[in-house]
This record gives sequence, structure tokens and C-alpha cells, in this order.
Amino acid sequence: MRQFFAFVEKEFYHIFRDKATMLIILLMPVVQVLIFGFAITTDIRNTSIAVYDQDRSEESRGLLSHITSGPYFRVEQEVQEPEEFDEIFKKGKIKVILVFPPDFSETLAENRSAQIQLITDACNPNEANIINSYIQNIAARYALSLDKGWVESVYVEPVTRMMYNPQLKSAYTFVPGVIGLVLMLICTLMTSVSMVRERELGTMESLLVAPSKPFHLIFAKTVPYFVISVFNLAVIILLSLFAFDVPIRGNFGLLAGASLTYIFTSLCLGIFISTISKTQQIAMIISLIGLMLPTVLLSGLMFPISSMPPVLQGISYILPARWFIDMARAIMIKGLGFGSIWMQWTILGGMAVVFLGASVRGFKIRLN
Amino acid sequence: MSDYSVSARNLSKKFGHGHHAVQAVDGVSFDVKKGELFGLIGPDGAGKTTLFRLLTSLMVPDSGTAVVEGFDTVKDYRQIRRIIGYMPGRFSLYQDLSVEENLKFFATLFGSTVAKSYDAIKPIYRYLEPFKKRMAGRLSGGMKQKLALCCALVHAPKVLFLDEPTTGVDPVSRKEFWEMLGTLQDQGISIVASTPYMNEAVRCHRIAFVQDGKISECDTPENIRRKFPHAILAVRSRDAFSLLQDLRKFPEAHSCYSFGNYQHLYLHSEGGADGSAARLQEYLEGKGHQDIRIEPIEASIEDCFMLRMNKEGGDYGDV
Repeated sequence: MRQFFAFVEKEFYHIFRDKATMLIILLMPVVQVLIFGFAITTDIRNTSIAVYDQDRSEESRGLLSHITSGPYFRVEQEVQEPEEFDEIFKKGKIKVILVFPPDFSETLAENRSAQIQLITDACNPNEANIINSYIQNIAARYALSLDKGWVESVYVEPVTRMMYNPQLKSAYTFVPGVIGLVLMLICTLMTSVSMVRERELGTMESLLVAPSKPFHLIFAKTVPYFVISVFNLAVIILLSLFAFDVPIRGNFGLLAGASLTYIFTSLCLGIFISTISKTQQIAMIISLIGLMLPTVLLSGLMFPISSMPPVLQGISYILPARWFIDMARAIMIKGLGFGSIWMQWTILGGMAVVFLGASVRGFKIRLN
Repeated sequence: MSDYSVSARNLSKKFGHGHHAVQAVDGVSFDVKKGELFGLIGPDGAGKTTLFRLLTSLMVPDSGTAVVEGFDTVKDYRQIRRIIGYMPGRFSLYQDLSVEENLKFFATLFGSTVAKSYDAIKPIYRYLEPFKKRMAGRLSGGMKQKLALCCALVHAPKVLFLDEPTTGVDPVSRKEFWEMLGTLQDQGISIVASTPYMNEAVRCHRIAFVQDGKISECDTPENIRRKFPHAILAVRSRDAFSLLQDLRKFPEAHSCYSFGNYQHLYLHSEGGADGSAARLQEYLEGKGHQDIRIEPIEASIEDCFMLRMNKEGGDYGDV
């Protein structure tokens, strides 16, 4: 046991004396959460629109002011001629042109359905769709506010309700995902080089020739990173609470427990990579390209797993982040309890045991 | 089991496959007696480091066996790692840990403490104590070697393996280092050390010449020198380069090598060194050399090694 603590002490010295790395470890999560939270968002904000108003009536102005009164759209340009449309889209700033026909107010006055035309830049189809539906919603509300007292034709109106995230804030999906990503990056990347480094620096030779126990050596390497990751976790959760208003609807203890398990699993995965890699570069490539990329793309962080082809879905099963993100969303956004996340939790725990066991077994007691 | 601390029998180790294969250690056998200071002398790439790794259980031989204090290096590696101290050729301690921290860490690794083994390491540690708070990476070469030796000694090993402990260390520290090994000898520790420096070889009880993975000669330095088959003349003149050329053409010359300012000329005939010296003086004057000095000398270990190396490694230097 004394040997184990000696190993732990040594690992703490390594980390805390390497000021540059230390700084990166502590700042990286903050920067990443901010980048993901603010830059990579599917929310519509400050979208530039142009207006081609052939009616120039009180009604057309009224609808336009409804559209621009929120934080979503602002009018960048008034268009005089339809010939200008092409030029406007080529410049790329304006995403949608709103066209009021000359008879807009007239039609409304006759209590008939008036039309407006939306010409959208669909280079980014997702964005175009979201813009369209935003404007349609606003237009529908405007129509109701006109309060004509009766509806001309009978139609089926789907009444939708967005559960858990009625405003469809993208931070709600991103923040749990980013927690998973950032913790994975720190835990796995940092530990994946740790064992190889001992081999490259030659210190492994000194350790091997002593009666060191592989389990002590390996397990001790996870301890300091575990402590740092817990600190990082706290920072990320505070950021998501206060900078992104993402709630923690479920039990905080449950979230903490799930996160700690995930941190430990990531650390064990890093150690495992470290025991199978020959050089620090290989370890980094495995953890960055072999792990980060699939985690970003396939863990459900950005794209829904259910719409992936079966092969990729299969890959997502072996990513620890997939199970954690599942749990984090369930606890933070849906407010679910242990009953609905025990399976993911067990899978993560099982992965940790497998990685740790494989590392201890795969540990080479001699030089090659 | 026996008087031997270390016994190697037909140890062989090959690296790589096909024609890139390198036979690093090739059928090596030798014994180290208990309490002996045993030197492995050989140039870089001779296979000394691999030999150490085989003896310290860090590598498994392709064939042959090695026994350290009665334990087989393959089967009983756990026991061996408790009772040996090993100082690898490359500095293998933690550069970002202080002197004190390194020492404490390695003591704990062996289930010991610095306090418990303080008496054993004191002769060496007293040099380091003023710098105990300094990071190991910021020590001088000589200090690093002393720290490495301390760390290898901190668990009171029965056998000490030192792979080129004095390479990259200044001559004063080197001398100090060998003196320290002498004091360890008094504690009854068997020591196997390698070095490329011939002048250090005489400090060993017995030495083995290692070359191309083989041991070519193994005896006490005294016996090795006594067995040297040629009379030697140390020769010097103003023009060192043409002197070497001319000496090699001298009819009685067996071979000739440069040793600093002097050329060592090994003669064919034994015993007639005096007569040869006179004939050589005449020969060199005839070749137009000036300031000629000729002294008959005893063979040094380096002479033995040079001759041995070139006998095995081709005819470079032979006339």
C-alpha cells in the first residue's frame, strides 16, 4: 500500500510541476464549453433578411414588425426590384427575402387567406428550414392577432408541444454532450501518453527492475487526473448553469455519480491506450483521431444516433461518451431518476473494469 | 548454492529478423564471484547493455541461462528484482523530481526507507545532500550518476549492475565514482560494471572483453597484461602521422597503434626489445624523423584490448 501512495505522490509531482500542461488542462474545458455553447449553435439569432414590399400597407408593415421585434431577424435591406434577388443571395449575408404581393392588404381586407413569399438561401438546408419555420410561426401568430373572428376554411391544425425544451434551445443538447467530450479529452488524452512517456524517458527501466506491482503503477496514474477532472467537472457544470441556463432538473448527486463513473472509465481507456502504444505520438493519434473524432460525430453529441447507418450505430455502442451523454441528458434535461439510467451506468462501469483489467494484463513486465 | 553471484551460460539474444537481424549477445558465458568487482570492457555497440538487460531479468534470452544469487533470470524474475540494484546506461530517474524525492520514491518501491538504508548510501549521499532539494534534471552529469547509484543502492542489494556508470562524466568524478565502488566492495556487494574506458578496467578484480556480442577474454587485469604476447616500444617523434606509417613498415613490427602522443609498436620478437630499440632508432633516423624518443614499456589493458579487438575485427593496424 505504501508503494501505491508513493506512485500517486510521484504522479502529482509530474503534473503539478508541468505548469504549461496544467494550465491547458484547467483552461481547456472552459474554452471548449464556451466555443461549443456559443459558436456551434443551431439557434437563429440576428439573421439578416431583406424585404420586397410591393404593398406598402399598414398590414404588411405590421407583419414585418412582428417578425423583427424578436431577437431573431433584422431587416438589412429594402428591395426595389425582383432582379436584385440574385445579387443579394450571392453576397451571402442575407438568408431570406420576404416578398409581400401588391394585393396583400386588399386580400386580408376581403377576409381571404393572404400570401407572402419566403425566398430562402438553402445552401445550409437545416438553417433554411429553421428560418422558414420561425417565420411561419410568427406569421401564424400575426394572423391570429388580426382577430377576424372566424376562420374561413376548416383545416387540421397540429398542436405541437416541445417537451423538456419548449424554446428548442440548442444549449440543452450541447451542454451534456460537451461535458462528455471535454472530460473524455482530458482524461483519455492525458493518461494515454503517461505510460508511454515512462517508456520513452527510460524511467520504465528503473521501475521494472524494482519489484513494482503493475496494478499499483497503473491505478496510481489515474488518481491525479481523477482529481483534476472532478474540478473541471464542477467548472463545466457551473458554466452550463449560469452561462447557458441549462437546468439540472434531476438529482444532482445522481449526475455527479454518473459523471465520476464516466471520468474513471475515460481514465482507464487512456491507460489502456497507453499500454498498447509504442510511442507518445501513436498514443496521441489513437486518442485524438481514433477516439475524439468518433466521439464528436457518433456519440449523439451532434447528430442523432437513431438516424445513423447500422454500422455507425454499432460503433457508437463502444464509445463511453455515448452512454454518458445519454445519462447526462436524461438527468439534466428530463429530470429522470436512477431507474432510467442504470443500464448506461452499468455499461460504463463495465467498460472501466475491462479497460483496467486489460491494461494490467497487457502490462509488459520486461523491455521488448 | 555456489560461490558465484552471477553465472551466465551461453547467453544469446538477437534483435530483428532476416538480414536486418543483429546478434547483440552471442553465446556469452562467465561467472562473477561473490563480492567481486567484475568489469565488462568493450566499445559502443558491443552488446554490453543487452547483456545487462538479460542479467537483470529485463529481457529474456533467445537461448542460454543466467543465474543471479541462485535465481533464474527468466523464472524467478520477481525474486531477482528484489535483490539487485541496476543503474541503466541512460539516466533513468525522474528529472522533475528532486534528489530527495527520487531517493524516497525508489526506497518506497522496494519497501524500504531512506532512513533505514542511510548508512549504506551515506558515502555517496553525502556528496548529494547539499543539493537534495534540486530537481534531478538540473544536476551535473557526475551528480546524476551519484544519485542513480544511490537509488540503486537504497534497498541494500546483493548484486549491483552498473551499465557504463562513468560515461559522460568528468575525469575527477569518474575517479571518485570508482573509489565509491571500492567502499561498496567492503560491504560485500558483488558488482558488475561496464565501461568503455580502459584505464578504469584496472580497478576491477576481473574483467571481460566484450566484442560483437562475445566475450573474447576474461581474467584479472594483471593476468591479461602478463599474457600480452609482444614486447612494446612507445615511440614519439615530431611528425606523428608519418611516424605511424613508417613504424608499420619497420621489419620487426607486428602492429602499431596511436596512444595519445605516443605510438605503441608491438614487436614480433620477444625479449629483444633493447636491441630492437636501437635498430628502430637507426631506422627512423634513416627515414628523416627528428626528436625521436623510444621507451620500452609494459603492456597496459588498453594494449591488450587494442590487439584483441583488431585480431577479431580484421587486419586494421597489422603490418
